Amino acid sequence: MLKYISKRLLRSFLTLFIIMSITFILMRQMPIEGYFQNYDKLSEAQIQNGIRMLGLDKPMPVQLFNFYKNLLKGDLGMSLRYRNNVPVTEILAPKIPVSVRLGVMAILLALILGLPLGTLMARYKGKLPDHLGTAFIVFIQAVPAAVYYLFLQLYGTELLGLGLLFDPDKWTAWILPVFSMSLGNIAYYAMWLRRFMVDQSTKDYVQLAKIKGVSGSKLMFRHIFRNAFVPMVQYLPATFLNTVIGSIYIESLYSIPGMGGLLVDVIKKQDNTMVQGIVLLFATVGVIGLVLGDLLMVVLDPRISFGAKRGNR
Amino acid sequence: MALYRKKAEKLQDSINESILKRMPDSEAFSFAGFDEQEVERSGYSNYSYWRSTLHMFLKNKVAVFLTLIVFLILLFTFIQPYLPNQIDPFLVNNDPKTGLPFRNVKPNDVFWLGTNSIGQDLWANLWSGTRTSLFIGISVACIEAFVGIVVGVLWGYVRKLDFLLTELYNVMDNIPTTIVLILVSYILKPGIYTIILALCLQGWIGMALFIRNQIIIIRDREYNLASRCLGTRTYKIIQKNLIPYLISVIMLRMALTIPAAIGSEVFITYIGLGLPATIPSLGNLINVGRQLMMSPDLRYQLIYPTIILSIVTVSFYVIGNAFSDAADPKNHI
Repeated sequence: MLKYISKRLLRSFLTLFIIMSITFILMRQMPIEGYFQNYDKLSEAQIQNGIRMLGLDKPMPVQLFNFYKNLLKGDLGMSLRYRNNVPVTEILAPKIPVSVRLGVMAILLALILGLPLGTLMARYKGKLPDHLGTAFIVFIQAVPAAVYYLFLQLYGTELLGLGLLFDPDKWTAWILPVFSMSLGNIAYYAMWLRRFMVDQSTKDYVQLAKIKGVSGSKLMFRHIFRNAFVPMVQYLPATFLNTVIGSIYIESLYSIPGMGGLLVDVIKKQDNTMVQGIVLLFATVGVIGLVLGDLLMVVLDPRISFGAKRGNR
Repeated sequence: MALYRKKAEKLQDSINESILKRMPDSEAFSFAGFDEQEVERSGYSNYSYWRSTLHMFLKNKVAVFLTLIVFLILLFTFIQPYLPNQIDPFLVNNDPKTGLPFRNVKPNDVFWLGTNSIGQDLWANLWSGTRTSLFIGISVACIEAFVGIVVGVLWGYVRKLDFLLTELYNVMDNIPTTIVLILVSYILKPGIYTIILALCLQGWIGMALFIRNQIIIIRDREYNLASRCLGTRTYKIIQKNLIPYLISVIMLRMALTIPAAIGSEVFITYIGLGLPATIPSLGNLINVGRQLMMSPDLRYQLIYPTIILSIVTVSFYVIGNAFSDAADPKNHI
């Protein structure tokens, strides 16, 4: 088990390393014009000077090496253009709690709404609740998120009487962003839980329980739900990724001062150090989601073992 | 139990009836002659994979209806410019009286869905945009399927490649798609092909992994072993034995890629890195509509593109699922 975890963690670091290197190299392919606000008016010497100031004149491997050297010291560098010469960590520090709060609330809401929806659909398979739920899932999965986010914002803000600007101190301002962000995960949870519960309900042990006279709801929760919940854990990584992607969208839509909205901003401004900082954070969240998903599966279901291969199981 | 007995009785009756109908007693109790052709006739089933698939698909009324709608929309995007009284989507329409452009004109006889904020006809823009978006979606689906199948087959068949590609997959699967999408479309010149490239860059590997897993499972099944012993060439085994087995899932993935690609175009245009505003696409139209959505009487500019977008994406989603159910031989009778 320990060996498996350490191997897993090592691989995660490798993945992060590659993601960061790719991002780093891609950012260096950006047109030089983008680094200056008034490129046309600058003289050649000024441009060269500016490029040296940004550290873009050295060969790529040297730049990359310096980046990792500083990263090991915990130094993400200075913001180049977003807020000149302010450390990236200092800019990000107040934004992280906002994004985390939003993400955690969205995931909790998705669990609170998604799991009962899936259970309900499995319980009334082929009946009206199932059909309604399926229609909802198809809609959420097929229609681009941008569209229903927009309409939620459009009619939601009117309904709740909110202004367009986000105000973190008003609790009603959190309702729409959190709800919008959780929609994708609600559909996701409901779809897979329904599938797993329907699969479980034809198993022998359920038949036995029925013959023994276990009542409907007890059978549903004690027996079927518990077993169907275990494979749900493998979708945890997707949850994390959905939330991260959702945050890019939602935060710029509602002008929430988090990291998602910031990423788009700093890419357009070609602030390399800021982009690296945010991508590093997002990629770490994604990778942690993957590792957690695997580990939780082992913890929850003693029959699954990744460490040693014993027999067929 | 009673039900079964009833059924059995019914069956017996019908058998007796058919015997009586077909054979007169004189024939039924005489010796049968020897007919060489009759002897050779064996139990041949007229099962055809594609016919059964089509049959199963036609049973799903919703999917058939949506297929029809998608087909009509696709057709209409091509014939719309040739219909009478159509306005060029790029033309900025000027009011002949004042010489100023028609800005945000409400729907009327000339401009069926009104005009946008710079005076272009929304109806023409809507269909032109639908064509662009469908083109992006279908291209991405085809490219991903092609590259995915080729790489997946190699991955499954060539053992030396397995380690390399598996590692590549582990890395690529962890890179957030959105970040790649944003970075690539920012670096390259904005345009339709940039978007297609950005969307394909990561999508093919999921398809390839799936094909690879399936091929590893069925590569050494008895019927493939038999083919190999009989000296069938590898590419023919792949083409005849393996790909038909996978067709349902390939189609499903392709059908789901189309709405996803259209959605990604909307997303990337929304954050300002997608197609330039001069190329109408559903993403651009929605983005323009979004800027006007806070004034209720201009909201139609957001609503019409979203209706078309929702119809197209939901249709492809449902059609894909229905087709993959129909194409699965386990569901055939």
